[in-house]
Amino acid sequence: MPSRLTGHRHRTLWFWIFVGPFVLGLTLFTYVPLAWSAYLSFFDAHNTVSPTRFVGLDNYTAMLRDDAFTGSLVTFLVFTAFIVPATYILSLSLALMVNRLPRAQAFFRSVFFLPVACSYVVAALIWKMSIFNGVRFGLANTVLGWFGADQIAWLSTTDPPWYWLVIVTVRLWLQAGFYMVLFLAGLQRVSPRLYEAAAVDGARPGWQVFRHITFPQLRATSVAVVLLLVINAFQAFDEFYNLLADSRGYPPYARPPLVYLYYTALGQGQDLGLGSAGAVILALIIAVVTVIQARWFGLGRKED
Amino acid sequence: MSISRRRLLGTGGGLVLAGAAGAGCGSNTGRDGGGKSGKPTLSQWYHQYGEPGTEQAVKRYADAFDDAHVEVQWRPGNYDQQTAAALLTTSGPDVFEVNGPTLDQIQGGQVVDLTDLLREAKDDINPAVLAPKTYEGKIWAIPQVVDMQLLYYRTSMLEDAGVEPPRTLDALVDAAKKLTTRDVKGLFLGNDGGPGVLGGTPLQAAGLELITEDGKVGFDDPAAARALGKLRQLYKEKSLLLGAPSDWSDPAAFTQGLTAMQWSGLWALPQVKKALGDDFGVLPFPKDGAHGRPAVPVGAYAAAVSARSEHKELAKAFVKWLWVEKTEYQEDFALTYGFHIPARISLAQKAAKLRQGPAGEAVRFATEHGHAEPLLWTPASKVAYQDALSRVIKGGANPESELRSVVRKTAAELRRVQNPQKKS
Repeated sequence: MPSRLTGHRHRTLWFWIFVGPFVLGLTLFTYVPLAWSAYLSFFDAHNTVSPTRFVGLDNYTAMLRDDAFTGSLVTFLVFTAFIVPATYILSLSLALMVNRLPRAQAFFRSVFFLPVACSYVVAALIWKMSIFNGVRFGLANTVLGWFGADQIAWLSTTDPPWYWLVIVTVRLWLQAGFYMVLFLAGLQRVSPRLYEAAAVDGARPGWQVFRHITFPQLRATSVAVVLLLVINAFQAFDEFYNLLADSRGYPPYARPPLVYLYYTALGQGQDLGLGSAGAVILALIIAVVTVIQARWFGLGRKED
Repeated sequence: MSISRRRLLGTGGGLVLAGAAGAGCGSNTGRDGGGKSGKPTLSQWYHQYGEPGTEQAVKRYADAFDDAHVEVQWRPGNYDQQTAAALLTTSGPDVFEVNGPTLDQIQGGQVVDLTDLLREAKDDINPAVLAPKTYEGKIWAIPQVVDMQLLYYRTSMLEDAGVEPPRTLDALVDAAKKLTTRDVKGLFLGNDGGPGVLGGTPLQAAGLELITEDGKVGFDDPAAARALGKLRQLYKEKSLLLGAPSDWSDPAAFTQGLTAMQWSGLWALPQVKKALGDDFGVLPFPKDGAHGRPAVPVGAYAAAVSARSEHKELAKAFVKWLWVEKTEYQEDFALTYGFHIPARISLAQKAAKLRQGPAGEAVRFATEHGHAEPLLWTPASKVAYQDALSRVIKGGANPESELRSVVRKTAAELRRVQNPQKKS
C-alpha cells in the first residue's frame, strides 16, 4: 500500500470513511425520528407531522389512563412469562442433547438452526392457515379428530385462551435454534477437566453433573440469552400482527404494545401525538427494565 | 496531500446530487412517447381490487384523458395506511381512491374541496354514500361505486333442517343453532366471530344509529345491549364458524360447505352463483326488537384530490372527467369486472345485471335498508366499539357496562372533532 495513505495523518480520514455512512444512517433513520417522535408527543398531531397545537402532557395522561394501552402492557408481561422460560429450557435441552451426540452433530445442529432462517411473517401464516386453522382439515384439528375431540378455533377462542399456544409455539420454533447455538458455544467452553474432577469425586453423570458443573459454568451465556429473549419479546410484532389482524382491525386480546401503538398512530386514526407518547412511555419502560436486569445479573462485571 | 474532511463531505454531497439527477432521468421515461410529452403528469392511486381485468381497465381510462399523462399506481397491502402516510408528504398521489376520507383528513386540510365537481350531478349520486363524504355542506370525495354486505344462506341446508330464512335476530340465533352439525357450522361472521365485519349493523337492526343526525351518540339505549347479547349467544352455542382458511370477504367457506349461512359482500355474488347455482338466497341483517328494522351496511370507495398535489386544478378536472362525466367508464368499472352497484342512481337503475334474482334483492336492501358509516364515527370510537363487541361476544362481558364505556369514549371523540378552535 502506498505510504501516503497509511500514515498517521490519514487515520481520521479512514475513520470517517468506515464510520461515516453508519453514523449518517443511524442519525437519519434512528435519532432524527426518535427526537421527532418525542417532539410530536407534546402536540395534538392528528394526520400531520408538523403540528401546531401544543398540548403539554395531555397525550401522556390519556395514554396512561387508556385501558387498552395498560392492557397491552399486561399482554406483554404474560407473553414474556411464557416465551422466556419456554425458549430457555427448550434451547438448553436441545444444546445438551446435540452436544452429546457421538456423530452427525453438524447435521442436527443445522436442522435445529434452520427455522431461524424462516421469516416471522411466513411462519405466522403457516401456523394460522394450515396448522392451527379452526376447521376440521387443519393439522391440529385433524389430530384432535383422531381422538374424537371437537374442533377448536385456535385463534378465536378466548376461554380458554388457546391463541397463546399458537403465538408461543411459532416463536419457539423460530428462535429456539438460534439460542441452542449460543448454548452450544457455551458448553464447548466448559473445561473437560472439571468433568474429570467431578467423576473422580464420585459425582453421578446426569443431573448431578449438570446441576453442579454445567449449569453454573453456563452462567455468562444464560445471562446473555435471557436479556436477548426479553428484549426480543418487547419487540414482538410480526407474528401477533400476522396471526390475529384482519382487514377490519385487531381483536382486543393478545395485543402487545407495539401492535396497539401501530394502530393508534399509523392506522386510520393517524393520531401521531398519542402514538408517540405511547412509544416514549414504552421506550422508558424498556430502558428501566434493561438497566434493572443488567444490574441484577451483573452484566458487564468482570468474570472471576 | 490529505483530503480535508470538508472536501470529502463536499464530494460526497456532489455524488448524492449526481445520483438523484440520474434517478430523476430514469424515472420519467415510461410512456412519454404517446403524444403527451410536455403535458404534466398526474399520479392516481387505487387499492388492489381482486377481480381480474380491473387494473387494465383503470389504466385504459387514464390513458384516454387528454389533458395530462396519468400514471396509475395499483397498490396491494394496507392501502389506508399507505395513503395516510403518503398524504403527509409531497411525493404522494394527486388523485387517490379512498374508503373515506376520514374527518381528521378533512379537518386537517389534507384533501381538496370537490363540491363544484358535482354541481349538476349531485342528485344523481346515491345519497346514503354521499352523506359521509360531505362535511359542513362541502363534498370532499366523489363516490365511485357502492359496496354492500348481506347474509347468504344455502336454501337446501335450511330446507333439510326445517328452518325458515330468518327474519328476526332471534330466528337467526335459532336457525344457526339448528343448522350446526359436526362438520358444518350454522353461520360465518368472520374469523373473529363478528365484531370486525358487523360493526354498527346489529345496532341499526335494533332501530338505533351510531351517530344521530345532530351529532350525538345514537346507541345509548337498552335495546343496544339486548341486540349485542344475542350475538354472544351465537358464539356461546358454538353456532359460529371460526378460524376458516379465508375470511368473511371471500365466499369460499360458504361455497365449500363449511357453513350454512355467511355474511359477505355483494362482490361475492358471482362466485357464489357459479359454485352453487340456484341453491342460495340473500337476506339483510334481520331486525331485532319492537322498533327494529332490517339493516345492511353500504359504503363507497371515492376519488379524492390531495391538498399537497402540485396540479390541484388539473387533478380536479381529471376526477370530474372520469367520475362525473364519463358514465360509460363508471358503468364498465362497476359491473364488468367485480360486482358493485354504480354510485350514479341513473346507472344503477339501467343495469340489467342488477335487476333480477338475488342481485335485484341486494340492490333493494341497499336502497331501503342501507346504512353508511357516519363521518363523525371516528376511528378511535370505532376501535373502542369493536373491542367492546369482541369482549361481549367472546369473553361474555356484560353488554351494558361495555356499551357504557363506548358511549363515554364516543362522546369524548365527538367533543374533540366538533370543537372549532382546534385547527389553525
